[in-house]
Amino acid sequence: MSQEESDISLIIAQIVQKLKGSNLYAQLERQAWASLQRPEIKLESLKEDIKEFFKISGWEKKLQNAVYSELSVFPLPSHPAAPPEHLKEPLVYMRKAQGSWEKRILKSLNSMCTELSIPLARKRPVGEQKELLNKWNEMGTDEPDLSLFRPVYAPKDFLEVLINLRNPNYENGDSLSFRTHLGLIQVPLKVKDIPELKECFIELGLNTGQLGIDDSTQVPPELFENEHVRIGQKVLAEQDSAAAQQYVRQGSPTALRAELWALILNISSQPEDILYYEQLKTNVIQHDLLVDSLIYKDVKLTASNDDYYFVFEDYLYQVLLCFSRDTSVLSHFAYNSASPPKSYIRGKLGLEEYAVFYPPNGVIPFHGFSMYVAPLCFLYHEPSKLYQIFREMYVRFFFRLHSISSHPSGIVSLCLLFETLLQTYLPQLFYHLREIGAQPLRISFKWMVRAFSGYLATDQLLLLWDRILGYNSLEILAVLAAAVFAFRAVNLMEVTSLAAAEAVLADLSTLKVMPLLQIFLFATVT
Amino acid sequence: MSRVSVPCHVKGTVALQVGDVRTSHGRPGVLVIDVTFPSVAPFELQEITFKNYYTAFLSIRVRQHTSMHTPAKWVTCLRDHCLMPNPHSEEGAQDYVSLFKHQMLCDMARVLELRLILRQPSPLWLSFTVEELQIYQQGPKSPSMTFPKWLSHPVPCEQPVPLLEGLPDPSRVSSEVQQMWALTEMIRASHTSARIGRFDVDGCYDLNLLSYT
Repeated sequence: MSQEESDISLIIAQIVQKLKGSNLYAQLERQAWASLQRPEIKLESLKEDIKEFFKISGWEKKLQNAVYSELSVFPLPSHPAAPPEHLKEPLVYMRKAQGSWEKRILKSLNSMCTELSIPLARKRPVGEQKELLNKWNEMGTDEPDLSLFRPVYAPKDFLEVLINLRNPNYENGDSLSFRTHLGLIQVPLKVKDIPELKECFIELGLNTGQLGIDDSTQVPPELFENEHVRIGQKVLAEQDSAAAQQYVRQGSPTALRAELWALILNISSQPEDILYYEQLKTNVIQHDLLVDSLIYKDVKLTASNDDYYFVFEDYLYQVLLCFSRDTSVLSHFAYNSASPPKSYIRGKLGLEEYAVFYPPNGVIPFHGFSMYVAPLCFLYHEPSKLYQIFREMYVRFFFRLHSISSHPSGIVSLCLLFETLLQTYLPQLFYHLREIGAQPLRISFKWMVRAFSGYLATDQLLLLWDRILGYNSLEILAVLAAAVFAFRAVNLMEVTSLAAAEAVLADLSTLKVMPLLQIFLFATVT
Repeated sequence: MSRVSVPCHVKGTVALQVGDVRTSHGRPGVLVIDVTFPSVAPFELQEITFKNYYTAFLSIRVRQHTSMHTPAKWVTCLRDHCLMPNPHSEEGAQDYVSLFKHQMLCDMARVLELRLILRQPSPLWLSFTVEELQIYQQGPKSPSMTFPKWLSHPVPCEQPVPLLEGLPDPSRVSSEVQQMWALTEMIRASHTSARIGRFDVDGCYDLNLLSYT
């Protein structure tokens, strides 16, 4: 067997192994058994007839979607000699940096725990459980005293860690030379330049219709919009994930967006999924976690103060509290450079049988975490579906925005991509901002960490997230950040301090995302 | 395909540089690693695996055993294999790599010695090398254990013992048992990776502080 063939069979074996434990496998089995009753299934050609039946009834398409989903999310099987840490993150110094950052977070959480004398987790007394169940749909009306709680960390703390990231094998000399990075990020990761980005984001080109540009009121809908909506309806009728992913690269019509995103993320609301969500809700009611207070505080500080999202406050609690109890999220740590925090049952320190993860999903929320969920509330109103969509978006994309890794969509690469784009295509602006002590990354970091949620108007944000799903990559966030700087370049050239630069870029709510991206990538003279 | 690790002796890396190492300012961009096999006869090389550490290009030269009295010559079997697509950036810098017999330019039938020539043209890196070098030869094609004589040479068929009253036919029972055994083997082999979903231990989730290890 050639090397390629053995690689493919390894991938196939891995995917089959993963799908065997899933719901879809049980359903396919049941369907196959039920189909034996059908007249067209003959015993002599059983295998072929059942395959044909699957094709006609749409089950083959569901299987295709599941395989496509596995391929998009999980990295390819690595070299047999590579240890599991290598799959999480191949570069040793980044693993170490992530480890020490995690240790800092744990120390911070532990000290909060001991200072406030609040346990990490406790079982709720029955009376409290009943109370919480009664006000499950209106947890926002609760006003617990959260003044003593503080967020475990904020994006700017994380930025400091990234600024200090150094490769020990890299020439980090003091004298300025061709090898010095003029921005804040000092690690030499490979990032795309504009010709490569043009190739990658080819569907955003000037000759291709876009929602966000070609559906504005001045453009007659017959030119692009009507046809695009018609194609979208066809894609939904076919229920094909790969086609949907290709389709949303040009934007998704508002009416079809919820279904299209669910199709791309391969989410279908089965009774088992609703049951699973109810189980998580029971877990929330039974156990009270310290992390819950952090979530409350975060929602109160961010989403509740936002003009667009404050109406969804109750939904946010319902999603985020259940998210913390969901152990299925632990499987994403196989390809995430981060690791879930561990703890032991009281009194059983060091005994492996009593080791547990805390919180159960291994993710400690930081300041602004609830903003990942808030925009989704516009699309999904049923809590279990909203929950599934958020969870899938988190384990595919959002986790990369707050862990240290060398992945092209990781936050380190995004920061370097932003700085490189700005330096290469707006050198005067970059130099000026650097001279006045306003390194551009200090302003744009918070936009990228939140995937622009809370900074853009919601319809623009959803158009941006369409492209994230369509291209299965977060690089568009760095490109948009550079495009925003390019747009406000004239004003920025006149400022003389970091505070003034922040003021120029404080309000992004009037920006139109797609024209900015198109101009920056395809219409800027270099 | 089975493979067997060959014990090898990896000599220290030798830097190739023009001029005096002490006085010149630049770092060497070429390193040579010699690999000898002191206790093994000339063997057929199947696979080389190693962990890269910032090496951009790899060439391998091999010295093979020749049957005649001509001295063994060095032959290049891998030329400028690219490990890092962009030598100035981190891509591929710490990957695990396998090189196989079919990628080599010459046949590797009777290997005596290997010489790895590492190149890193970028001046950005302080050092570069390859680590965890392992050489493999072809493993035995069939299991080396021998069958007992009675398995490979069954005795001619003897008269079956007459069936006792009321007992089922032994050959049918044995075939059913075989099928059941095959079924259990299949079920055992197809264990799923699905999680159960409990996060507590026996209903208890009272925790100490978070652990740092």
